[in-house]
Amino acid sequence: MKKKPLIAVIIFASLLIPAMLSSCGVSGGDGGAIGWFFGVIVQLSSGMWASLELFALTLIFSMPLGLLICFLRRSRFKAIELVAKFYISVMRGTPLMLQLLVVYFGPYFLFRMPLSTEYRFYAAIIGFALNYAAYFAEIYRSGIEAVPEGQYEAAKVLGYSRQQTFVKIVFPQMVRHILPPVTNEIITLVKDTSLAFAIAFVEMFTLAKQISAADSNIMPLFVAGLFYYIFNLVVSFVMGKIEKKMNYYSR
Amino acid sequence: MKLLEINNIKKSFDDLEVLKDISISVEEGEVVSILGPSGSGKSTLLRCATMLETMDAGTLMYCGEKAVTDVSGKAVYAPKESLRRIQNYFGLVFQNFNLFPHYTVLKNIIDAPVHILKRDKKEVTEEAMSLLRQMGIEDKADYYPCQLSGGQQQRVAIARALAMKPKILFFDEPTSALDPELTSEILKVLRLLASQKMTMVIVTHEIEFARNVSDRVIFMDEGYIVEQGRPEDVIDNPENDRVRAFLAKVKG
Ligand SMILES: Nc1ncnc2c1ncn2[C@@H]1O[C@H](COP(=O)(O)OP(=O)(O)OP(=O)(O)O)[C@@H](O)[C@H]1O
Ligand SMILES: [Mg+2]
Repeated sequence: MKKKPLIAVIIFASLLIPAMLSSCGVSGGDGGAIGWFFGVIVQLSSGMWASLELFALTLIFSMPLGLLICFLRRSRFKAIELVAKFYISVMRGTPLMLQLLVVYFGPYFLFRMPLSTEYRFYAAIIGFALNYAAYFAEIYRSGIEAVPEGQYEAAKVLGYSRQQTFVKIVFPQMVRHILPPVTNEIITLVKDTSLAFAIAFVEMFTLAKQISAADSNIMPLFVAGLFYYIFNLVVSFVMGKIEKKMNYYSR
Repeated sequence: MKLLEINNIKKSFDDLEVLKDISISVEEGEVVSILGPSGSGKSTLLRCATMLETMDAGTLMYCGEKAVTDVSGKAVYAPKESLRRIQNYFGLVFQNFNLFPHYTVLKNIIDAPVHILKRDKKEVTEEAMSLLRQMGIEDKADYYPCQLSGGQQQRVAIARALAMKPKILFFDEPTSALDPELTSEILKVLRLLASQKMTMVIVTHEIEFARNVSDRVIFMDEGYIVEQGRPEDVIDNPENDRVRAFLAKVKG
């Protein structure tokens, strides 16, 4: 089980590298294939960094925001619950790409605010965070609802307040329930960062397309694919570790 | 002293009237068993008494302190602060234990005394260990609930309730989720508690146990108390026909 990601990388690389060699028409000589490969990586690296940044910041903002939306969704007040429900249904029911466009162009069309390159980065993060928060909210909700009523009752009889019950009893059990769907969501996010091209945010996929077009060579796109793939192997590995750690008690 | 006093409690779920005018009082040191057919409202009564369910009408008092008063036929609950204090007078042991699965046995027992009663952790831990010793499971302190048998889990649940030093302890069918061998483990613990003069109200289907251990038996049917008294009277010579029919069926 443990060695699987590594094996996958090796298989993937061993398929990719010969393909690259042939596609570059390299037969030794100018030391080209490997050099070219690293050249592409260097060219892509700023995009990789942008993708990573987008990924990390989206998670940092959307995970807590999702918890807030989840609380609103579970509010005792019908009006608040409805607003949260509507928010979630819109975020999940419309394309992320469209949401990014709205966040990016919205201020311009609504308030005639000038579009800056700087805002492009913020718009991407705001759009992603708002969207992913909706998904996380629903995941959290399912996790909270998986905690049996008896846990609340036992806590209440022992004198725990509502907040204490949530923090000490419900939340830790929720975290365990939600780890698998959260892992799925994070893996999707890794790939979804490429959607930021919609607002011309230059992340790695955008760069790969440009280089590919300029060199009229498909290989940069494969390198980009390899990047997402390895990224997700790392995500799966880390989440697997966390899941194992949270498994200290089982049901 | 009366530890618990319930007067004229009424409770309905939508159109279903589950408790129809029930009054009970329990003296310090008394062990009371509640018997009755399924659906007669036994659990609902305990849940109202432990404030897991809000009652519609009637009064509820612990140690002379009013938790619920009756204002022209409607139950009115005392302010939050009083309820918080009154909450400490009683404990409840559930049919399916409801231990916290992410806490070890020891943490299940000491967490509430330490963080809610704000007691000294070292002292509470010593008491918890001595409770576990009494229950015969001191070697399980660092286990998680899922690593224990049902009987052991229920003993932990009882220890958890006792660690809060309640004046009165309620049990809702504490052995129903257990097979016969494990049932006798729990009944042994309850006998021990009874011999230590712990005040207890036990909903049970264990007729023999109720006869041997309780000072008083209450028989409920369709939301009423239909008979109550000394176990030898209620169980061996019931006056009410429905009690007789129920006992005949249970004794087989
Ligand atoms: N939360 C609820 N909502 C609606 N009806 C309920 C609820 N709780 C209990 N009831 C109903 O109230 C009646 C009494 O239930 P209760 O659980 O008090 O009976 P019981 O005497 O404890 O029965 P058992 O011996 O099976 O545990 C039942 O008809 C039950 O369906
Ligand atoms: Mg019941």
